[in-house]
Parts: sequence; structure tokens; C-alpha cells
Amino acid sequence: MKDYRVAIVGSGNIGTDLMYKIERTPELSLAAMVGIDPQSDGLARARSKGYRVLDTGVEGLEPFLDDFDLVMEATSAGAHLKNSVLYRQWGKTAIDLTPAAIGPYVVPVVNLDQLVDEDNVNMITCGGQATIPIVAAISRVTTVNYAEIVATISSRSAGPGTRANIDEFTHTTAQGIEKVGGALKGKAIIVLNPAKPYLIMRDTVYVEVEEVKETEILESLKEMEADVRSYVPGYRLKTDPVFEGNKVTVFLEVEGSGDYLPPFAGNLDIMTAAATRVAQVYAAKR
Amino acid sequence: MAQITLVDTTLRDGSHAVRHQFNEQNVADLASGLDRAGIPVIEITHGDGLGGSSLQYGRSLLSDEEMISIGVDTVQDSKVAVLLLPGIGTHVELERALDLGAKVVRVATHCTEADISAQHIEMTKSRGALAVGFLMMAHMLEPDDLAKQAQLMASYGADVVYVTDSAGALLPDMVGARVRALRSALDDAVEIGFHGHNNLGLAVGNSLVAVESGATWIDGAMAGFGAGAGNTATEVVAAALDKAGHEVVGVDIFELMRVAEEKARPLLPSSTTISRSALMLGYAGVYSSFLLHAYRASERFGVDPAEILLELGQRKMVGGQEDMIVDVAIELSQGRADQGATNSR
Repeated sequence: MKDYRVAIVGSGNIGTDLMYKIERTPELSLAAMVGIDPQSDGLARARSKGYRVLDTGVEGLEPFLDDFDLVMEATSAGAHLKNSVLYRQWGKTAIDLTPAAIGPYVVPVVNLDQLVDEDNVNMITCGGQATIPIVAAISRVTTVNYAEIVATISSRSAGPGTRANIDEFTHTTAQGIEKVGGALKGKAIIVLNPAKPYLIMRDTVYVEVEEVKETEILESLKEMEADVRSYVPGYRLKTDPVFEGNKVTVFLEVEGSGDYLPPFAGNLDIMTAAATRVAQVYAAKR
Repeated sequence: MAQITLVDTTLRDGSHAVRHQFNEQNVADLASGLDRAGIPVIEITHGDGLGGSSLQYGRSLLSDEEMISIGVDTVQDSKVAVLLLPGIGTHVELERALDLGAKVVRVATHCTEADISAQHIEMTKSRGALAVGFLMMAHMLEPDDLAKQAQLMASYGADVVYVTDSAGALLPDMVGARVRALRSALDDAVEIGFHGHNNLGLAVGNSLVAVESGATWIDGAMAGFGAGAGNTATEVVAAALDKAGHEVVGVDIFELMRVAEEKARPLLPSSTTISRSALMLGYAGVYSSFLLHAYRASERFGVDPAEILLELGQRKMVGGQEDMIVDVAIELSQGRADQGATNSR
């Protein structure tokens, strides 16, 4: 029953990976793939699968307003700031995978149920999608005074957009840790590692808690791990969390489904899988 | 003979040796001593750069802002430099450091990732400060590829680009080849620097080779301060460069020796030697700052620190991945437990 129609704007790593995710989701169909570079690999793949491909930028969508319900934006923060005005004029809901963050931050397992009526939601960052569930799992048990996350991704999976403005990653992720994760203070660090074979995405979450309720925290973490795995099957706690005074350290590994980039690029996968989950919930509401 | 700009980083890279616990008095004493000795550039920041104070790298006693302010207020002639690793610090901390009076900004990336430095090098230049590109873990990249990364940093506006031997893993001929590759790839206006660690006992010798190959900026930390087995000792490399006939611009070598001996050495927690684990850093090519973290993980999980470091080298960990030290320690301790269980069967 494919009745919720999506236009993807942006044909880089994220946009192309989204195409595969939408293809696999029964409630969703791909109405168009929009880019600006006719030679891009993403547009070529969409074309060869027979999708409507527009290489004219977002204005090219104008004649097809009746053909789609939702826009998923995988361009850049600057582009989304401009494009979002059009989406609003067109009356289209937007899921924003850039750091523009015009709408509220969403992490599906944490706060999606409160955001189903929004017309623009933001997916934060890949590091945020991986680590904020962990912070939230602990902050629902006890006050989290401070949370710090370190995301290590393979250099191969960091596209030019991420590289040109790496501060957006640290800033936006830290904000998400506080606003969605529930930490009183958040900090984020990102490390790129070029090693071959390419490294699987790794995240470490350090949390300073008010009360060390070890059993409850462990239980809450296990539940959260299972919840995230419902849309990112390769998401796992790498080892048992380490408790040291009031500090809890959680080690994560995120293996992707290997849609556009191979499974090491868990960072790409968790972003697109989370965004697809949001689209799915919007489709159900409709 | 070359004219050398000597940079002292006791108050930045050196702070790893005291787990980032320099106090107000230490910063003022060391900065004034270095200023008196005529050191032109003094780097003052958390050991992992602006914003480095964290659970991942260790919280510092003083904030970056406090340290920089004390440094700027203390020095007469020296310029205060700050370090920024994109991904750890951001333009927010950088703007603040420049507001406080930092005149030199060193932007450090892993040697293959120069393109993440554009934003911060450009901002540094737009504020009229001197921009230095820092290509870390330079042993992990061949000379020609390293030169390409240096060209990127120069294209963003870097005035100086460094071959940064973060692991103290380079041998003299490897230093020479890298510095020469950068020298021939970059415009004459861009200077080349070398930053060494003494894990293989080669830091001063490597610095001399770097200068003979075209480097004009040399880093040190006094009296063996620094990550791993210590940085190149500032006072030793100054003396050696002087003896070799180079001009260490502005530096009073005898005063520098005195400051290192009287102000810096007493603050070192233990005399600097190339311990087995520090040697392993250089041998296995591991980021020098990992050393004290490996000792802590070793105590907690009962694993040999040198074994942890060797494993990290095999996994090709890069600077900033301190979380993987505990991860590896846990794995090694479990591996041994599993093995123990197998053996007892």
C-alpha cells in the first residue's frame, strides 16, 4: 500500500541512501529525486531505476506539486533555509536531514510521538541519532548533569558538506543532547579515521548522573537498544557500560544496512533510517 | 644557515604530562620565563586544543580562556598561540581566543583530513592572525600525499604548514623526505614546520634533519614536558640548532636553559624517560597523548599498557580516539578471561 509519496531533494550520499530506504518501506513511494548535477551518481541510479529525476534544483518540483506529499531534504543547511520557504508555500511537510534545524529536533525513539503535527522536523546529525537515545535512556532514570559524545566515522563516509562545516556537527549534536536527550549540559566531538578496511561507525557516550541507579540504567539502555534496532538492525552496545563513580560510559557500534555505501557507514544509515521512520509515522497519520 | 622560529608548547602539548592541571601560577611562571628567554611563539591551550577539556581527554584545571588570558597578560614580546582540532573545538572558542589576544592559531587535522580545516584557517586569516596548519600523525602518509594535504591547507590561507610527528614514529630520513616534499610543493611564502615527540629518542635529531630539509618552524616543550616520552625539548633543540650554525631568532639560549631547569623541570611529575610504553607509542605509531590514558585503563582492567598501545597501533587509531583505549582494554581483558576459561577446560 504505497500511498505516501516522497520527493528527495539532494542526490549526494544521504539522498541516494534514502532512495533505497524508501523503496523498501511499504507505506512510502518515491515521487521524484531532485539534484543539481545531472552527472551525479545519485541521479544516475535513480534514473536507471525509472524514477522521475530532476536536475534543475528544487524549483523543478513546481509542476509536480500534486504528485508528492512530503519532501526529504538532503542538501545543505544553506539550501534548506531557502527551500523550506517554498515547501511551506506549497503546503508540503519537510523532513530536514541538514543541520539547518528550522523545525524541532527529532529522534524517532525519543520524541517523534510529540511531533506528528509539525510541518518541518530536523534529524539533527548522524552522531546525534546514534547517541541521543542513550542519553535519553539514562535521563529517564535519573538526572543527567552532563553528557558528552564522541562519534568516530570512517573518512570515506564523510561527504563534502560535513567536511566544509564540521562545526555544525559539534554544535547541533550538543544541542540535541540537551534538548532531546535531556542532559543539563551536552558536548559533542567528532573524529574522522581514514583506516582501511573502513571502520564501522563507533560512538562513545559519557554521562554524569545524579544518582547511580545501576540496575535501572542497564535495563533502560537494553530497552532503548532494542527500540533503535527496530529501524537500524546494526545498532548495538559494543560492551557492557562502564560505571565509575557518577560516570557511566557506553560504547556503541553502528553497522549500516549497506544500501548505498557499504555497512561500515553506519552514520549514513542511522540518519536515513531514522528519517524514513519519521516518514512512515507521518504516512500512518495521514 | 637557516633562521628558525622556535615555538614552545609546554603550556599546550606539555600539559598532557600533568593531565591538564597547570594552575594560574604555573602558567604565569612558564609564560614569563619563555618570554624572557625570547621565545617568539608560546602555545597555550588544553593539551587537545580549544574545547579539549572533556571526559574524553581529561578536564583541565583552568579553562582555555583563563590560561590564554594569563598568558596574554604575562608576555611582553612573545605571541600567544592556540591549537584547534576541528571536530573538538569550534569557531566559537576560536573567536573567543582571538578576542582574548591570541595572535597565532594552529589548526590541526589528521594528516589525510586537511579539508576539514578550511573554515578555521579562513576565519583566522580574516581576523588578521597567523594561521598554521598542523598535519598530525604524519608517519601515516607518504611524502607526496602529505604534500597534497599541505597544499590544501596553504590554499585556505595557512602561513605555515607542519609535519607533525604526533606518534614520535618518524625516523630521520622519513622526516627529511616529508619536509622536502612539502617544500617543493608549496609556494616559497609558506613556511614548513616540524613537531616531534621523543618516543624513539629521535626528536632533536629529527628536528635538525627537518631544518636541513627546509623547515623553519620548530616545536618543543621544555625539560621533557609533553605527551608520550615528551616533545622535542625546547632548550635542547635550541642549543643544538645554535651549535649547527642556525639562527634561533630572538632566543637567548642560556636564559632558555635556565628557565627550563628552574621553572619547568620542578613541575614535572616524574623524570622523563622513554618508558616501555612510551617506546611502544613510537614503535607502533600511536598518538602520544594516549600514554597516560593507557596507564589508567591498564590499572582499571588489569591489562598491560604496552599491549593496549600495540593493539591501538594495529587498529590504526588516530588522534582524538582516546575512548578506544578503554574499549581495547576491555576487549583484551575479556580475551584473556576467555582464554583462561578455555585453558581451564
